[in-house]
Amino acid sequence: MVIVGAGEAGTAAAIALREGGWRGRVVLIGNENMLPYERPPLSKAILTEVTDPGPKWLATPERLAELRIDYLQGRNVERIDRAAHTVTVSDGDQLAYERLLLTTGARPRKLSIPASAGSRIATLRTYADALAIRRIIGRGCKVVVIGGGFIGLEVAASAVSRGASVTVLEAGPRLLTRAVPAAMADLIKAKHERSGVRIQTSAIVERIDENEGRSKVVLADRRTHLADIVVVGVGAVPNVELAQAARLAIHNGIVVDETLTTSDPHIFAAGDSCSFPHRLYDERIRLEAWRNAQRQGAAAAANMLGANRPYEDVPWFWSDQYDETLQIAGRCRPEDVAVARSLGAKGQLFFYLTPRGRLVAACGFGSLGAIAKEIRWAEIMIGRRLAPNPEALADPTVNIKTLLV
Amino acid sequence: MSTGQWVAACAADALQPEELLRFDHGGLTLVIARSPEGGYFAIDGHCSHEKVHLADGIVDGHIIECPKHFGTFDYRTGEARALPACIDLRSYEVKVESDTVFVKI
Repeated sequence: MVIVGAGEAGTAAAIALREGGWRGRVVLIGNENMLPYERPPLSKAILTEVTDPGPKWLATPERLAELRIDYLQGRNVERIDRAAHTVTVSDGDQLAYERLLLTTGARPRKLSIPASAGSRIATLRTYADALAIRRIIGRGCKVVVIGGGFIGLEVAASAVSRGASVTVLEAGPRLLTRAVPAAMADLIKAKHERSGVRIQTSAIVERIDENEGRSKVVLADRRTHLADIVVVGVGAVPNVELAQAARLAIHNGIVVDETLTTSDPHIFAAGDSCSFPHRLYDERIRLEAWRNAQRQGAAAAANMLGANRPYEDVPWFWSDQYDETLQIAGRCRPEDVAVARSLGAKGQLFFYLTPRGRLVAACGFGSLGAIAKEIRWAEIMIGRRLAPNPEALADPTVNIKTLLV
Repeated sequence: MSTGQWVAACAADALQPEELLRFDHGGLTLVIARSPEGGYFAIDGHCSHEKVHLADGIVDGHIIECPKHFGTFDYRTGEARALPACIDLRSYEVKVESDTVFVKI
C-alpha cells in the first residue's frame, strides 16, 4: 500500500490500514522534510504564542515504528505507472503498489496581479509558511491580509493579538461569501472590528509594489496600504497534476466515486484534492477541511482493504476567531430557508431547511460551550435527513437533542 | 484510584441520564457524567488532545465526545476511544449519598 501525501488524510489512512488489519508494507510519502503534523494550529497557536509551540505531530517516530509505517519525508512522487503498478519517487526509487492512495492536498491560490520581486508576500499552508509569518508579525508591525476568507481572518485575528496593525482587503461585497450566510458574516466582521482589525470590502487589489523595504498594496480605486508583510489567503487549488499526468479523471479535484475510488480501481483519493459525490447533496463536492481529510483518509484506507463502503460523513468545518469559534455542519444553497436561534451574548445559531423542510445545514458562532452541542446534534439530524419543526429550532428553550426523533 | 477526600460535587438531580456537568475543585477541573442506567462517573474535564472542556461535548451511551475535535472517551474509565484523543483521562471514584454526588479527589 502506497500513500502519496502525508497530511491529515494520508496519515489517517496509513494508521487506518494497520488498524484495519493490513499486514503488508505501508509506505507514506510526504514532500515536507518533517514528520506529519496538524495544520489547524498554523494560523492560530503557532502565530499567537509568544514562543513557538512547534508543530503538533500526527504521529511520532515511535508510533510510526510501532505501526510499521515506512515514512519517506521530503520526497515528491514524480510519476504513476498504472500499467506496472508503480510510483517513481524524486530520488529515482520505484515503489510497487497493490493499492495507491492520493492525498496530495491543495496549495494556496496565487494572486494573478503584478507584484514586484522585493515585496514581502506570504501564503499559509505549511509549518515553514507559518514560521515565516510568525517572524514578522508583532507589536508595531503592519500586516495587510488579502482575502476575507477563513485563513485570512484567522491570520488577522492572530496578528492583531500579537500587537500588529492589521487591514483585511476583501474583493467581494462582504466577508466569507462562499462559506457562511450574510448575517453570520456580519457578526464575525463586528468581532474583528471590535478587536481592532480594519476591514475593507469591495477592495480590488491591482498590484503590489516595493517601497523602501515594505510592500505597497495598490487598490483599483488608487488607495494604497503600506505593509511589512502581505498575507494572501484567496483560496486553494487542489494538487491534481500527478493524477492528471496518469490520466485519471479530474474535475475540480481528482474524481472519485462514493467509495473514494478514482477512475482506476486500484487508485483511491481522499482529502482536499478529491472531488466526491455525497448522498445528501446532488452535486460533487470537494472539501478543504480538517475533519473531512481525517475521516476520508480513514474511509479510503478501509476501501483499499476491500470494505467497499460509501463515504457519508456530514461536511463539518470549524474556525477559531479570537476567543470565539465558528462551526458549520452540512451545506446549504441559496433557496434554503434560514431559521435563527439567538443565544444572547453567548452566540448565534442558524439552521437551513430545504423548501420541503429537510435540515441541510447549521452554523454557529460564539463560545464553544454555547454552540458546539447544538451544531453536533444538528449534524446528526442532517445525516438522518430529518425535518425538525422550525419553531422549535428557533426557540432557545428547546433542547435540540429532543428534536432527534 | 485516589486516596483523597470525598468532595460534594453536585445534587444528584442536577444531572439527567446522558448529561454532563463541569465541576472545578482546587486546581482540578472534572466532568461528571450520568449514564443511561443512572450511574454517576467523574473523569478529568479537559480533553487530552487539546485543552477543551468535555462538559461542552455530547454524550452517547457511555461515550463523551470532545466538542472541538471529536476525540471520544469512555467516561466510566477515562479510556480514550477515538482519535485524535489517544491519551486516557484519569477517572475518579464517585458515590451518591443524601441526594448528593461526591467525588474522591
